[in-house]
Amino acid sequence: MTRALAGWVVVGGVQVVWLLATDGHRAAHIAGLLATAVVAAAHATVMPQWRYRVHRWEVAPSAVYTRAGWLHQESRIAPISRIQTVDSERGPLEQLFGLANVTVTTASAAGPLEIHGLDRATAQRLVDELTTAAQATRGDAT
Amino acid sequence: MTAIHEDGEWRRLSLRMLLIHPIQEIPRALPALIGVIAAGGSGGQRGLWAALGVAIPVGLGMLRWFTTRYRVTPDRVEVERGLFNRRLLAVSRDRLRTVDASAHVLHRALGLSRVTIGTGRSDREGGGSVTLDGLTAAEAGALREMLLHRGGAGEAGAVGAREAGAAREAGAVGVGEGAAAVAAGAREAGAAAATAAGAARAGDIEIARLDSTWIRFAPFTLSGAVAVGAVAGFLANATNEADLHPSDFGPLRNVVDWLDGAPLAAAIPVLAFAAVAAVAIASTVGYVLAFWDFRLTRSPRGTLHVTRGLLTTRATTIEERRLHGVEISEPLLLRAVRGARCLAIATGLRVGRGAERGGSLLLPPAPRTEAQRVGARIVGAAEPIASPLTEHGPRARARRHTRALGGWALVTAALAVPAALNSFPAWPALVAVALLPAVVALAADRYRSLGHTVAGSRLVARSGSLARRRYILAADGIIGWNLECTFFQRRAGLVTLTATTAAGRQRYDVPDVEVEEALRVAEALLPGLLDPFLERDEAKAA
Repeated sequence: MTRALAGWVVVGGVQVVWLLATDGHRAAHIAGLLATAVVAAAHATVMPQWRYRVHRWEVAPSAVYTRAGWLHQESRIAPISRIQTVDSERGPLEQLFGLANVTVTTASAAGPLEIHGLDRATAQRLVDELTTAAQATRGDAT
Repeated sequence: MTAIHEDGEWRRLSLRMLLIHPIQEIPRALPALIGVIAAGGSGGQRGLWAALGVAIPVGLGMLRWFTTRYRVTPDRVEVERGLFNRRLLAVSRDRLRTVDASAHVLHRALGLSRVTIGTGRSDREGGGSVTLDGLTAAEAGALREMLLHRGGAGEAGAVGAREAGAAREAGAVGVGEGAAAVAAGAREAGAAAATAAGAARAGDIEIARLDSTWIRFAPFTLSGAVAVGAVAGFLANATNEADLHPSDFGPLRNVVDWLDGAPLAAAIPVLAFAAVAAVAIASTVGYVLAFWDFRLTRSPRGTLHVTRGLLTTRATTIEERRLHGVEISEPLLLRAVRGARCLAIATGLRVGRGAERGGSLLLPPAPRTEAQRVGARIVGAAEPIASPLTEHGPRARARRHTRALGGWALVTAALAVPAALNSFPAWPALVAVALLPAVVALAADRYRSLGHTVAGSRLVARSGSLARRRYILAADGIIGWNLECTFFQRRAGLVTLTATTAAGRQRYDVPDVEVEEALRVAEALLPGLLDPFLERDEAKAA
């Protein structure tokens, strides 16, 4: 939600600057600004909840599964034996909320599996679990 | 003739590269050289500066020879280079996927070639490959043999048996094609005779060889369009910069005068024809340069070799253990003349751009029956190449049409609204309206192309119209699955099933397939992978 709002603040900001920088058409500019505000509010309330409802992940003994997106949804499944790397990262926003993202990559360049917004303890446990499981397999996993 | 041993001794590039490196450096240093000469003052000083400008790149080029060395140990290949910033590149030998030897004119004159060793690193474009520019041809060949042929006699026997089976099945492909089968059979017999007469390597089996009649497909590849565009752009730029006018030159003046005088309706077709002719000629020249003397052979020790090229020769070796399938691509123009090309799907071999597809090409544009025959030989089974595909159903068809018409409607509206407001000429909108039948035909063709099937342990799918591709991907090359659905796909109950792989394009899509069918395909190819997660999906759907 914070991320969505930040994006809209930029769009609104550009419009405000435009409004201040040019004379005339003031009514049109204000109408545009209002429309932006309405769309932004709708986006910021609906999108995060929708995303949260869709986003899920699961680790089975043999594979990892994630689902993400809202209008455009994508499920990804990768066998544990094909895992190449497991990363966990915390951006400034995640640090603020005490969260972490985990990314699981395979030898394919087509789409790593990303799990967003785990609390730190869970993320750490997941990384350890996946790393141990991936180490158990032989070969170069391509 | 230097034989290469796995002794781990450091070696240098061929001494003859001392001649080539400087020449290669000069074009790169040319802009700086011009600058130096322009800024170098007048009189005798200028000559001195110019000499210096030549000497520096030449010196740097020669330095490359002194600072580069390589060695092969039983489990690694190491290359060390650089003067101040020395870098050691080490590649584990069991990660080697491809060995590519190319030689341009200079190299060939001196009997050298440039060897590129490809590793499985596919997360980065061009990442992880090691180039040794300048080994003698004998060294390059020996290195290639040594790096990729580690298989024992047992493996060779297995490959030989597979080859025999594939040849039989490939014959079966041809039968459906009637007369073409006879021609292909005759060609095969001829090729076999040629192989017996004097192949480069004993035991290699020739799979395909360039037939000079295939050049008829070259104008339909559009590969020359880029070259023509670049040359035209360069000329336009140069004439502008130098303040030259085409009308200053005799023969061109006539052309320009005629174009100025001619009505628009006559000038446009003439110009269009000229452009098409230029592209066709450039494509043909490019085809001959790139694919002259094309040969695809299979070594009984488990590798495929592609050799080709008129001026710059190129030899690519692909380890069959890394080959997970083939792709048969038929761009619309090529399809119209019943042509196709065949590409390899191999780990560590990304499908590149341009006529050569980054070295993954197994057959240049050729008759479709030939592409299918080669594909069947490579895969080792005819069934996935020729078998009919499962259609994706009426909802997928409807989606093809809504997508095509939706895009067309948007463009037409975008052109028509300004035209209606008199701020834009009307003809683009009229052209867009006139294109409606073509759009509908495109949508219909896109649906006709759409299909998939599971043939044995291989995923086969086809899609696209302007660039129609059919790929055959072995299950052991598939890493995992992505199931993607946009908002509209979800409403139609369709998903795009993507097989992720470390080979070729990295992702192979089965677009707009019904959810149950997608799960069935995924389950058939990688049994058990989906099991832990399926219940959840079913529960959600219920």
